[in-house]
Amino acid sequence: MAQDSKLEARERDFSIVGTRPNRPDGIDKVTGKARFGADMAAPGMLHGLILRSPHAHARIKRIDTSKAEALQGVKAVLTSKDLPDLTGEDAGLKDILINIMARGTALYDGHAVAAVAATSKSVARKALSLIQVDYEVLPHVTDVEEAMKPGAPLVRSDLITQGVEPAPSKPSNIAKRHEFGHGDVSKGFAAADAVIEHNFRTEATHQGYIEPHACLANLGPDGLGEMWVCTQGHYMVRGTCAALLGLDVSKLRVTASEIGGGFGGKTTVFIEPIALALSRMANRPVKVVMSREEVFRASGPTAATSIRVKIGVKKDGKVTGAEAELKYTGGAYPGSGVEYGAMSAFACYDLENVKIVGWDVLSNRPKLAAYRAPSAPMAAFAVESVMTELASKIGMDPIDLRLKNAAKEGTKAPYGPTFNRIGLRETLEAAKNHPHYKAPLTKNQGRGVACGFWFNFGGNTCVSMNLGFDGTVSLAVGTPDIGGSRASMCMMAAEELGIPYDKVRAIVADTSSLGHNDVTDGSRVTFSTGLATINAARDAIKKLCARAAKTWGIPEDAVVWEKGHAKPAGGNAGKFEPLSLQQLAAASPSTGGPIAGHYEVNADGAGVSFATHMADAEVDPETGSMRIIRYTVCQDAGKAIHPSYVEGQFQGGAVQGIGWALNEEYIYGKDGRLQNAGFLDYRIPVASDLPMIDTVIVEVPNPGHPYGVRGVGETSIVPPLAAVANAASAAAGVRLTVLPMSPPRVLKAIEGRAG
Amino acid sequence: MGAIKVKLGGPLRSAAGGETEFEVEATSIREMLVRLAEKYPRLKPMLDGGVAVAVDGRVYRGAFLLPISPDSEVFLLPPLQGG
Amino acid sequence: MMDGIHVKTTINGDAVEYVCEPDETLLDVLRDRLGLTGTKEGCGSGDCGACSVTVDGRLICSCLMLGAEAQGHEIATIEGMAEGGKLTTLQQKFLDHAGLQCGICTPGILVAAEALLKKNASPTETEVRYWLAGNLCRCTGYDKIIRAVMDAASDMRRSA
Repeated sequence: MAQDSKLEARERDFSIVGTRPNRPDGIDKVTGKARFGADMAAPGMLHGLILRSPHAHARIKRIDTSKAEALQGVKAVLTSKDLPDLTGEDAGLKDILINIMARGTALYDGHAVAAVAATSKSVARKALSLIQVDYEVLPHVTDVEEAMKPGAPLVRSDLITQGVEPAPSKPSNIAKRHEFGHGDVSKGFAAADAVIEHNFRTEATHQGYIEPHACLANLGPDGLGEMWVCTQGHYMVRGTCAALLGLDVSKLRVTASEIGGGFGGKTTVFIEPIALALSRMANRPVKVVMSREEVFRASGPTAATSIRVKIGVKKDGKVTGAEAELKYTGGAYPGSGVEYGAMSAFACYDLENVKIVGWDVLSNRPKLAAYRAPSAPMAAFAVESVMTELASKIGMDPIDLRLKNAAKEGTKAPYGPTFNRIGLRETLEAAKNHPHYKAPLTKNQGRGVACGFWFNFGGNTCVSMNLGFDGTVSLAVGTPDIGGSRASMCMMAAEELGIPYDKVRAIVADTSSLGHNDVTDGSRVTFSTGLATINAARDAIKKLCARAAKTWGIPEDAVVWEKGHAKPAGGNAGKFEPLSLQQLAAASPSTGGPIAGHYEVNADGAGVSFATHMADAEVDPETGSMRIIRYTVCQDAGKAIHPSYVEGQFQGGAVQGIGWALNEEYIYGKDGRLQNAGFLDYRIPVASDLPMIDTVIVEVPNPGHPYGVRGVGETSIVPPLAAVANAASAAAGVRLTVLPMSPPRVLKAIEGRAG
Repeated sequence: MGAIKVKLGGPLRSAAGGETEFEVEATSIREMLVRLAEKYPRLKPMLDGGVAVAVDGRVYRGAFLLPISPDSEVFLLPPLQGG
Repeated sequence: MMDGIHVKTTINGDAVEYVCEPDETLLDVLRDRLGLTGTKEGCGSGDCGACSVTVDGRLICSCLMLGAEAQGHEIATIEGMAEGGKLTTLQQKFLDHAGLQCGICTPGILVAAEALLKKNASPTETEVRYWLAGNLCRCTGYDKIIRAVMDAASDMRRSA
C-alpha cells in the first residue's frame, strides 16, 4: 500500500544508499524514551519564566521587581540591566540582545521585559505577577505598506535606509533596498504580446514546530557552563550565549536534545541566554520552557509581504520581460530576508530581461526567524500565479509555458550566476507525465501547477568516526538530527566502509566533544555532514589500509579497500588473504592503536534544487471553504540517500505550504496585539484536512557531492502556496491574490466575481 | 595575475551607485574582496557585513582561498540564510 | 502555597502514589513528579494532542485533566505501550513507514491511534484521518502516519 517513489537514478551500484532501513533513534521515539528539550532535569533545578510586554510599542519607564524578589522561593529576577551590552560593533548580535530582553523600549507584543527563576513553576508564575512595569504606550505599525509610508510611527528612531544613493537624511522604517536582474525590462515588455501585472499580499506565518523552545542551563561562578537545548545548532547556541554573557566559548558545553521540529525557527536564541544568566545569578540550574502562546508571540514568524509582479510573453509563450517589487517586513529588526525572495523569485526561468527590487521593512512584530527556504515561497506565490494567468491568456498549457522558459544548465540566473547542471525541466516533465495531471476534475474543482527554487548551502562541518575493537563504528556528528539524518549518516558511512548499516551508530556530539558545526539549516545536513562522513570514512579506510600494509610488510599504496576488506592491489603487491575491517580493528592494539577517521571542512558546492508541484482544490461556493483533494510533489533530490525521509521532506514541506496558503496567518488587532496566539486560532493543517501527498523523486546528481546529494528540506515549501493558489483560483473562477485564502476571503472574491 | 570582473547583486549594487561591474587584480576570492574594498571604499561596510561569492555558478560562503582567474564568472551576493 | 493533595492511582498497570497541587495538571504530574516524560506538552490547551493518554481506556489530553482527578483511575501512557520491551505492531509500523520525523508528536499519535484500533479494527482512511485530527504533526504532512496506522490495522486483523 505504501507507494515507492519513481526513482530515476543514474547510478544503481550502491548497496545501502537508496534503501529504507529503520532509523537508529526510532525505538526511543516510539516508546517515549527519547529526551527532548523539556525532558531534562538537574539537581537543585529552578524554573524560569519570562514576563512579556502586552503592548506593540512602548517605552519602559520603570520596572519594580522588589515584590517578586521578596517572594519566598524566588532565587533570581532579571531585567535588561543585568545583561550589559557586550556586543561591540556586531549589529546582528546587538539585535539578538535587544530581542531576548527589551532595553528601554518594548518593540512588539510579547517582547520580553523581565525574567524570574524560582523553586517551582507556580512560585515563578506568582513572581511574574508581582513585577510592576510602567509603560508609556507609543504609536505602532504592523502593516508593511503602512510602515513604509512617510509619517509612519518609527519602530527605531535612528534607522537610515541602506542601498539607496544618495543615502536618505531622515530615518524611516525601511532598512535596505535590494536590486537584482539583467537586461532591459521596458524593452522586454514592449516586445510582449501579452502582459499581466498583479499585486499580492501574504500574512506572516509561524514555523509551528510542536515542541516549544526549551532549555536547561547551569553556569557556575568559575564561568564553566552546561546547557541542554532543543536547537537546530548547539554550536550557534554556545557561541551566541558566550558572546552575550562574556564567557569563553570552550567553557560552555552545549548538548543538543532531541528536537521537536525547527523548520528554521530554532536557528537562533530566545530563552537560552536568559536561562544561563538566571543560572549565574542564582548559582543553580535553571530550566526555561516557552508556552505555546510565547512561541507565537515572541519566537520567529515569517515576513508579512506585499508583492507586485509583471510578466510579458510572446504568443508562443516565450517570456520577454519580468519584473517584481517585493516589500517584506520581518518585525522590529532589519533582516526580513527580502533579498532571498528577490533572488529566488524568477530563478526558475531563463530570462533576457528581468528586474527585481526588494525592500526590507521594520514593523512592530516579533523578530523574524528563518522558515524553510526563507522568503522564497511568497515570491513564488506571486510569480507563479502570474505565469499561470499568462498561460491561460495565450491559450497554452501551464506546464508547457514553464517548460518553454525553464532554466537549464548555462542559464544566467536572475540573481547573477550561471547555473550548472540542474533538474527543473526533469521535474516539469515528471509532473506532465504523472497520471495526476490528466485526471478528470468535476464542478467546483480546479488544478494548479507551480515551480519553486531554493539555493541550499553547505557550511562548517566536522565529523569524527571511531572504530571499536570489535569492528563496529561510532560516528559523531555535530548537526542536530531533525528528520532522520542519523540514519542517512549511518547509511553513507556503511556504504563507504563496506559494512552493514547496523554496525554503525551515529550520535549528535556535544560542543566539547567535536569541533564546530554550523546550524542544521539551508538543507545542508545530508549534503555537508554526509560529505564529511564519507570523507571521514575514507580517512579511516586510509588508516586501515596502512595497518594491512604494515601487517603484510608491503607499501601502503599497494593496498586497496574493497567491500569492507583491505586487499593487495594486483599481483605485484604479493599474495595475501584480504583482511576485513573487523579483523583490522581487532588487531589494531598491536598494529598502532585505535583507528579513527576525521574530516573538517567549510563545505561549498551544495547544488541548487527545483521542484514542480500539482494541486487539485475543491471549493464550497456557499462558504468559501477550500479543500485540497489531490497533491503531487516532483522534486530533484540529486541523490536520495534514504528515500522515505526524502519523501517525508517533500510531503512535510508541501503540507506546511498548504497551511500557509489556506489557513495560517498572524492576525493583529488595531492595538497591535496578536489575536490568535494558539493552535486553536492559528490553525495548522490537521490529518482530516488533507489527501495523501504523492511524491516523485527526481535524481539529477549534484557534481559537488560524492554521491550526488542535493539538499531537499527547503525547496518543498516553495511551490505549494502558488500551486494551491492556482488550483483554488481555478476552482473559484476568480484570481485569488491574498494569502491565506481563508473562507471569508474566498467567499468575498466569489461574490465579487458574481457582481 | 589578471583583472577579475566582479559583478554585484543586491544592496551592493545600489551602494555602488548603480554600477554593476568592477575590475580588480586578484588570484583568490579573499584577495578579490580585499582589493575591492581598497579600490571602492563605499563597498567596504557591506563587504565586512558578509557576502557570498558565486564563482562559475557555484556559490561559496567560506572557501575564500579558492583561486579565481580572469575568465571566472564572479558574482557577489548577499550572505545566504536557510531554514 | 496551597496544600498538596494525596492521590492513589494506577499508571501503566502499576500502583502509584503522589502529592500534587490542586491546580496541577495530570500532564505536569506525569512529567515533573513521576519522570514519565514520554507524554509531551505542545500547547497546554488541548489543541495539539501531544499529551494524549488514556484514562480507564478513554483517550484524553492530559493537559486538560487535573492530577488530583486521577484518584482511583487507570492511566495508560506511551511508556506502557511496548510490553516487556517488545514493540507493538503499531509502533513497529511507525518505524517501517517512517511515520515520524522529529518524533515529538509520535507518543500522542501512537496513544490516540491505539485507542482507535481498540474501538474500530477496520477503520477507513477517512476514519483514521478524523480520529487523528486532534493530534498535530508539523513534519510529515500525515501521509506516512496514516499509512502506518492503516497497515498496522491490517496486520492486526490478520493475526487476530
